[in-house]
Amino acid sequence: MSMRGRLATVIGLFLVAVALAGWGVVSFIRPGVPGGVMDFTQGHAAGQPVDLTAQTVGAIGFGPHPTWVSYLVKDPSTGKWVQDTTWKLPANSVIDMTILQYDSGSPLRNQEWGQVQGTIGGTATLNGTSYSAYNSNTGTGVGHTFTVPALGLSVPLIGVNSSDSVCGSAPCMTSSPHNTITFSFKTPGPGSYSWQCFVPCGLGYLFGNGGPMSTLNYMGGQLEVVQ
Amino acid sequence: MANENSTNETHHLRNITVIWLILSVIVDLLFWFLVGPHVPPGTMTSSAKGNQFDFTFLCLMALPVLIGVWVYMGYAIRIWSAKRPGAEEPMTGPNARTNKTAQVSWIVITSVAVLFLAGFGTVELVISQGSGGGEGPNPIWTPPGATKAEAAALTPKASWSANSNQVLTVQVIAQQWKFTYRYPQFGGFETTQLVLPANTNIAFNVTSLDVIHSFWAYQLDVKADANPQQNDVAFTQTKQLGSFTVRCSELCGIWHGTMFNSGKVVSEAAFMSWAQSTEQANAQNTADLPPFAWTYVPDANGAAGGYYTDGNVTPYSTVEIYGSKQSAP
Ligand SMILES: [Cu+2]
Ligand SMILES: [Cu+2]
Repeated sequence: MSMRGRLATVIGLFLVAVALAGWGVVSFIRPGVPGGVMDFTQGHAAGQPVDLTAQTVGAIGFGPHPTWVSYLVKDPSTGKWVQDTTWKLPANSVIDMTILQYDSGSPLRNQEWGQVQGTIGGTATLNGTSYSAYNSNTGTGVGHTFTVPALGLSVPLIGVNSSDSVCGSAPCMTSSPHNTITFSFKTPGPGSYSWQCFVPCGLGYLFGNGGPMSTLNYMGGQLEVVQ
Repeated sequence: MANENSTNETHHLRNITVIWLILSVIVDLLFWFLVGPHVPPGTMTSSAKGNQFDFTFLCLMALPVLIGVWVYMGYAIRIWSAKRPGAEEPMTGPNARTNKTAQVSWIVITSVAVLFLAGFGTVELVISQGSGGGEGPNPIWTPPGATKAEAAALTPKASWSANSNQVLTVQVIAQQWKFTYRYPQFGGFETTQLVLPANTNIAFNVTSLDVIHSFWAYQLDVKADANPQQNDVAFTQTKQLGSFTVRCSELCGIWHGTMFNSGKVVSEAAFMSWAQSTEQANAQNTADLPPFAWTYVPDANGAAGGYYTDGNVTPYSTVEIYGSKQSAP
């Protein structure tokens, strides 16, 4: 082969390798579903609390990974359940959160996450009963947590009894067995704060932290706090 | 002719040496007084202070080398420029080679400098806390009382009090994607905050519940790998009040970039009241925590099933959760 031919081959193969590497990186970091931003600031009057309702399901039932666990959020304007974990919230405002836990639970890897932290009053309610810590080694265990590390906020979401007919695909309706967890927290000044679940619920992945635990719109996202 | 040349060369060498010496002393003094106190990582702990001294010392050694090169270059450009009237012809060919004095002094000076720095670096690594000898699963260097405090930490009666010169044991637990901290001398409570008393020897015991993380408190000059099933120890002595940043410095997954928090060094009395009130506030959760141990077996099964190479999901096992007590290393 001529010098020019060899050079062309080498450059060509190099470009192919670069393209493959780029494709690998992009497909790794790309969110699993084309998520948007759920806006909770529209029509929000300063000083007023914001209602945010979410649910956790054992299997999303649709999209590229139907068997993955996921969060869903209720669109405040349409009331529809959306698989979206980037939430735009007003700064310095009280967020009244309701999470419907449709998934079953297990003992926590670190019981530290069994403690309610950073909420207003340091407590949350489970089906109307106030709690500040939950022993995940007893009862139905903890299914997921809602944790915003930068805000020191963490709430364990107590699992439903796995022998009940657990809701198999999202969105789950309140006719399925569920736990209602409510709590309030105050948003800080503007900024982007990541949140995640601290239960390694990525079934079948290394240490349970791959898959849905490592993909936006499933078990983690961002709070986009704006002025 | 030869005689005249050698007189000239001595003259140049003397000039260069004098200029180099004066500039080096001035620049080193300026660096020591003006830059030295600001050299990272500061003086928040004894190990940070030691590290700052090492950095400063290395700069004080390196600056004269840099100045030597620049002085020689400047001198050559200025004095031996061909444009300069009456400039000497440059020495070339065999005459420019095999100058025994130049060769021997080059080898001797560079060897002495390099060997001295190697010795200095080795001694500093071994003696000082926080790096080298004072770190790892089996540190060869421990502050007084540390071995005793570490042994006591595993017993339920471990305690710490202000102004007692006791070593404070702090366990750092890394998990995807947050550090938590356990204080065995205060009933073993666990918290997401890192608060330390001033003027106290701290024994950080670093471990992980899942993948490899790294605990890096830059201003404290403490950096220790957080490995599952391993207890990495790092000692330091707090010197100054203030806040510091903790970062995970081992790429550990999607939220690695958010795995940081700020900690603070407070007075011993303030620490005491913080620790006691946190112990009280967290009592309910502390009762649910596993007994304090150096490492913990994580729930290798994940929440509801595990990763095994055969792809099979294995049910949750009660002996393999965070908390099964491990023997001390
Ligand atoms: Cu989860
Ligand atoms: Cu990490």
